[in-house]
Amino acid sequence: MFQRLSVMLMKEFLEIRRDRWAMFRLIVPLVIQMLIFGYAATFTVHHVSTAILDLDGSQASRSLLSHFEATSRFNVVDEARNQKEINDDINQDRAVIAIVIHSGFARDLEKGRSAPLQVIVDGTNSNTALIALGYISQIVSRFSAEQAVQATVSRAGLAVPEVGITLEERPWFNDSLNERWFFIPGVIGTLTLLQVVSLTAFAIVREREVGTLEQIMVSPIRPVEFILGKTLPFFLIGLGDIILVSTVGILWFRVPFIGSVWVMFIGSSLFLMAAVGMGLLLSTFSRTQQQAFALNFFLVNPFFILSGFAFPIAAMPRALQWFTLINPLRYFLVVIRAIFLKGVGLAILWPELGAMALLALIMLTISVMRFNKSLD
Amino acid sequence: MTQEQTEPAVRARGVNKRFGSVQAVQDVDFTVSSGEIFGLVGPDGAGKTTIMRMLAGVLRPDTGDILVDRVDVASDPEQAKLHLSYMPQRFGLYEDLTVAENIFFYGELFAVPRDERIARSQELLEAAGLQAFRRRLAGQLSGGMKQKLGLVCALIHTPRVLLLDEPTTGVDPVSRRDFWAILYNLRESGVAIVLSTAYMDEAERCSRLALLHEGVIRHCDTPARLKQAMPGVLLAITSAHPRLLREALAGKPGILGILLMGDRVHVRVDDDLHRIPEMLELLAGQGVTQSDVTRTEPGIEDVFVALLGREEAV
Repeated sequence: MFQRLSVMLMKEFLEIRRDRWAMFRLIVPLVIQMLIFGYAATFTVHHVSTAILDLDGSQASRSLLSHFEATSRFNVVDEARNQKEINDDINQDRAVIAIVIHSGFARDLEKGRSAPLQVIVDGTNSNTALIALGYISQIVSRFSAEQAVQATVSRAGLAVPEVGITLEERPWFNDSLNERWFFIPGVIGTLTLLQVVSLTAFAIVREREVGTLEQIMVSPIRPVEFILGKTLPFFLIGLGDIILVSTVGILWFRVPFIGSVWVMFIGSSLFLMAAVGMGLLLSTFSRTQQQAFALNFFLVNPFFILSGFAFPIAAMPRALQWFTLINPLRYFLVVIRAIFLKGVGLAILWPELGAMALLALIMLTISVMRFNKSLD
Repeated sequence: MTQEQTEPAVRARGVNKRFGSVQAVQDVDFTVSSGEIFGLVGPDGAGKTTIMRMLAGVLRPDTGDILVDRVDVASDPEQAKLHLSYMPQRFGLYEDLTVAENIFFYGELFAVPRDERIARSQELLEAAGLQAFRRRLAGQLSGGMKQKLGLVCALIHTPRVLLLDEPTTGVDPVSRRDFWAILYNLRESGVAIVLSTAYMDEAERCSRLALLHEGVIRHCDTPARLKQAMPGVLLAITSAHPRLLREALAGKPGILGILLMGDRVHVRVDDDLHRIPEMLELLAGQGVTQSDVTRTEPGIEDVFVALLGREEAV
C-alpha cells in the first residue's frame, strides 16, 4: 500500500518538477490575482462625475453645492444653466449624477418647510449609482442638520439644544469598515478553490486521455491508492496556495490575522479535501480535457457567486440558498473571515468545519464509487 | 504430464459482454497454456479488444468467468493482476518522464524488488535496443520505440500471463522484429501470451489461433490444422488484370472463393483437375490474360477468408 502510494506521489512531483514552468504557472497568476482583487475589489466610489444646476442661486443653495465640491467622492464636471443641459450631460455620459436645486429652495428653508432637492442618477450602473446616492443622502442630512440648528438659533436666540437621537456607529472586528479586510480573506478561499479543483480534475483526465490510467488500473493498485496518490499533491499545493496568498494579504495589504494558525490549518485542510473531492468528481464526468474544461467553466462562476464572497446569501432566492449548502467555499469564507478578523476558534466554527468535512466525505465517496464503475 | 502442468494459464468460460444493443462478445470459451502464444484474429469490431480488456480485469463480463493463473479476475482483481500484464494498442507512458523513470514507476507499482528491477530492465532494454535511450524523455521516442518501451514496462514484473492488443500496429519492421524476438524468448520461459493482431504474418507465428467474427469464436486451432480444415484446393493465378479475372470467375461452378493478393489471385476450387481446364477456357473466352496457374499452400489469410466466408481482400 505505502510503496504504491509513494511511487504515485514521487511520479506526480517528478512530473511537476520536469515541467519547467509549473512553479511559475502555479504561483505568479495567484499572486497577481491576489493583488488585483486586493486593489480592485472595493465598493468605495471616488470622483463620481456630477453635473449641477442651481436654479435658486441663493446663499443656501450655494452652500449645499459647496458640500459636494468639497468631497473627493464627487467631481463636478458641469455647472449647467438649464434643465436641458443637465439632460444632455446624463444622456451623453458626461455625468453619472445630476443635482438640481429648484428656485424657492432658500425661501422654503427659511419658512421651515421641507425644501425639495432633485437628484438624477444614471441607473445603468446601478452599483455606482446606489453608492453615490448613499453619499448624497449623507451630505444632505448633514446639511439639513446644520440648517435646523441655525434656524433654531436664529428664531429663539438661544443656545443650541441637544435634540433628537444621534446614532453612533461602532462596527466590531473591523472598526473602520475596511472593505479590504472583508475581501482579502475571501479572495484567499476563492483563488485556492479555483486552482485546486481545476488542477486535480485536469491531472486525472490527462491520465485517462494518455492511457496511463488504464495502465495503472491493470496493475495491482487499488482505486483508493490511485486516488490518494493523485489528490494528495494537489492538497499540498492548495495548502501552499493558502499560505502564499495569506502572506501577501497580511504583509502587503496589512489585513490583521487574529486567530489561531492551528484552527486555520484545520479549516484549510477540510476545505482542501472538499476541493480535491470536487476536482475528482468533475474528472469522473469527463473523458477528455476539453470536457473537463467546459465543466469547470460551467461550475466555477456559480460556486463563486453563491459563496457569499460579495453577494449576501441571505438576500438570494430560497432555491439558490439551498444550493449554497453544497458549496464548500460558502463555509470556508465564514471560517477564514472569522479566523482572520475575529480570532474565534473551533468552539464557534464547528458547524462550518463539520459541513466541509461532510462535503469532502460525500464527494470523495461518490468519486471512488464512480471511479470503480467508470473503468467498465 | 501431470494434472498440474496442464492446468491452463488462462481459462475463459462462457464469456458474454453486451454494450447497449450490441452483443460485443458471445459465449467465448478458450484456454491458453504456459509457453503458448494464442492469437485472436478477426476484423475490426470482432470483439478482440473487448476480450482483452475482460482478461485484463478492466472490464467485467456480463456472464461467464475468467481465470488467470488460476485466480478469478472478477472476484480477486488485485491478486490476478500481480502476475498479469496487459498492453493495449497504445501503451500509456508518461511522456514527460524518461525511459528509465517510466520503467521505475511500473516496477514499483508491481512491487518489484530493486535488484531484480535493475537486472530485468537492463536485460529488457538490451533486447529492445533501447539501452542508449535510458535518459531520453518517453515523449521524444519514435512510435516503434515507444511501443517497445511499453513492452519493457509491461514485462518489468516478469508476468506469467501477457496480454497484447495489436501490439505492432504502426510499428516499423525493425522494431517488430525486436518485438517478436522478445515474445519468443518469453514463450521459451513459459509465459502464456494472448495476442490480437490484424497482421496475417503475425497470426502465422502463433501457437494457436482463434478466428473471431462478430463476437463469436468461429474456429480455434493451430495454424497448420486450420489450413487443413480449409475445404478445396488453392490455386494462385498471376495476371496483369487481377480484378477482371476475379469478375470473370466469380460465382462460376466449383469456385469456392477468390482472394486478391496484389498481382496474384488466389482461387479456391473444389477439384483442381477438372476446374483448371474449365477456368482457362472461360478466361480465354473473355479475353482475360493470365500467365501462370499453380497449386499453392494456403496462408492464414486464405484460411481466414475461407472459414469466415468473407470473399474480399483483407
